[in-house]
Amino acid sequence: MRTRAYQHSLSGSSMAAGQPLLEVEALSLAFGGVKALSEVSFTVTSGSIHAVIGPNGAGKSSLLNCVSGLYRPTAGSIVLNFVAGEEGRKRTQRMSAPSDEREAGEKSIERRALTRLKPNRVARLGVARSFQNIELFDQLSVLENIMLGRHIHMKQNLAAAFLWTGPARKQEIAHRVIVEEVIDLLKLQAERSKPVGTLAYGIQKRVELARALAMQPALLLLDEPMAGMNAEEKEDMARYILDVHELAGVTIVLIEHDMNVVMDISQQVTVLDFGKVIADGTPAEVMKNPAVVEAYLGAQK
Amino acid sequence: MAAVETGRYHRTYESQLRLWHTRPQLIRIGVVAVIAIIVPFVFDNYWLSLANTALIASIGAIGLNVLVGYTGQISLGQGGFLAVGAFTSAILTDRMGVPAPLSILMAVATTAVIGVLFGLPALRLKGLYLAIATLASQVVILFIVRRWNFLTEGQGFVDVSRLEVFGFKIERSTFEQQWYIILIIVTVLVAITATNLFRTNIGRAFMAVRDQDIAASAMGVNLTRTKLTAFAVSNAYVGLAGALLAHYSEIISWEKFTMDVSILYLAMIIVGGLGSIAGSIYGALFMTFLPIAVRMFGEVIGGVVPQVQKQLPAVEHAAFGLVIIIFLIFEPRGLNRIWQRIKDFFGFWPFRY
Ligand SMILES: Nc1ncnc2c1ncn2[C@@H]1O[C@H](COP(=O)(O)OP(=O)(O)O)[C@@H](O)[C@H]1O
Ligand SMILES: [Mg+2]
Repeated sequence: MRTRAYQHSLSGSSMAAGQPLLEVEALSLAFGGVKALSEVSFTVTSGSIHAVIGPNGAGKSSLLNCVSGLYRPTAGSIVLNFVAGEEGRKRTQRMSAPSDEREAGEKSIERRALTRLKPNRVARLGVARSFQNIELFDQLSVLENIMLGRHIHMKQNLAAAFLWTGPARKQEIAHRVIVEEVIDLLKLQAERSKPVGTLAYGIQKRVELARALAMQPALLLLDEPMAGMNAEEKEDMARYILDVHELAGVTIVLIEHDMNVVMDISQQVTVLDFGKVIADGTPAEVMKNPAVVEAYLGAQK
Repeated sequence: MAAVETGRYHRTYESQLRLWHTRPQLIRIGVVAVIAIIVPFVFDNYWLSLANTALIASIGAIGLNVLVGYTGQISLGQGGFLAVGAFTSAILTDRMGVPAPLSILMAVATTAVIGVLFGLPALRLKGLYLAIATLASQVVILFIVRRWNFLTEGQGFVDVSRLEVFGFKIERSTFEQQWYIILIIVTVLVAITATNLFRTNIGRAFMAVRDQDIAASAMGVNLTRTKLTAFAVSNAYVGLAGALLAHYSEIISWEKFTMDVSILYLAMIIVGGLGSIAGSIYGALFMTFLPIAVRMFGEVIGGVVPQVQKQLPAVEHAAFGLVIIIFLIFEPRGLNRIWQRIKDFFGFWPFRY
């Protein structure tokens, strides 16, 4: 499957494809009187591209923000499943351990509730994301931005950092190798050392994807990665997302407005309207659902 | 993009991660080193004392820039933290007989810890609100320094004996020269360690918090830990500057650490360049020598127009304010950016781009 010899798997989950990875149960969120989400339930299976669609203000971004710990839901639960002892940074550490040790013992699945965790704790479990309105580190270069994706995997040793030569430098170089693979996969070579603030919108969106992917995530949440793009740029971005999915084997939750894109690249679709799930199924099933046609497609006209 | 970057190809990450890459860069470092070595032989004590003051200010400015320029946490408490470093080291050496190098290290640690305590509001507050909170730390520390009689034994000041390092005592006749050598070494070490910090994940996390704290936390950056680390590192450097100031000036009192000092340091890093180590040094040099330049200029003009002579202190203040305003309007990224543009100009010369 891989087009070239990547040394590192960019997926951070050891869950077998088809198993439930993320389980959202009866999730509700209110801002004062506004009910952004009410009783939202759905399951993301490992290895899939799962689209979340719905008209503006349906609660899609709020849903992602709940998963990544930025919003605290009023009720309900969000559970991430992972192979015990292989979540987030622990996995990369184990992968460098001798393989016979890894194979030993039956893999047991651990369930972890995300609902009470802070964003950085969620990230450490291997949940990466991009934002609807690009949230890059403007004054840093593309490379530095993507290096921040490695943050959860890196040790923080202040004394070593002051000295530089030694462990700090070694660590930078080791992680730089993985970052270069991400840069290569998303074709950001030419932009590597430019400050992200100066880049075109479409490229910034790609840098955000790269930064999230560098986390070697178990789950990748993408909030409208193609918003504000023309058809050609959208196609490019869809291609990159498919590459990430196929070459890197990452499970993706994708928020997208454009029905055509969603139908093309996703295996599962959840439709939100006014904070409620009105349909959930394969793209073909969802397309036929009359409630969807009315709420979503109707709203576009 | 600096001109020196063109035509530079790296074969390894090691080579790319080096601090200098090209011959012009090495030559510049060499020239600066030679100048730094020549200075104590060429200039008299008056100019050397200014240079020493500027070097101490450089260390303090680098410390402040770590917090304000790199981490985006504004601080108006610089004067207070310098006072913590100065009084800690002075009292440890003079009253408890702790050897100076050790007392300076202890002052660094103490200032770092107190910096973290006063940094706690930064976990909740941003921007202007944080500025007010750090202003409170300035006021509280200065209040303690002024009113707690134990510190100055009721005299209002502390005398510090001549610096002695491992049995070597600074000589009266070569006081400024010897201090210059000590300070240049310490400043270089501070600049190198601070530069190193921002080549690693820890420093990158500081800058991520500055640029976009929500995204930083979504990337796994622990905001609490990162901000408090920034306060600790920043104030460790500031404490070092304070301690060196105490030993260098040999007498300290609260007047050296007022709000004006906090503002002066902010001016240094704005003029020099926020988020730049070299800029911190440029700014410290600039702000130390600016009043001298204004005075010399005033004396020249004063020879012709005597009214100016009388107004000299006012002119100094006006020049100070004017410089900050000019930089904020025309080059918010400071002297460091101007220097980069000069390098670019000559690097590309005779082409414009
Ligand atoms: N931080 C917030 N404060 C108040 N209301 C919010 C906030 N975030 C979202 N909302 C509200 O929640 C609803 C859903 O918004 P959002 O999740 O952004 O929708 P979508 O991403 O589907 O367009 C909207 O009515 C919006 O106004
Ligand atoms: Mg949205």
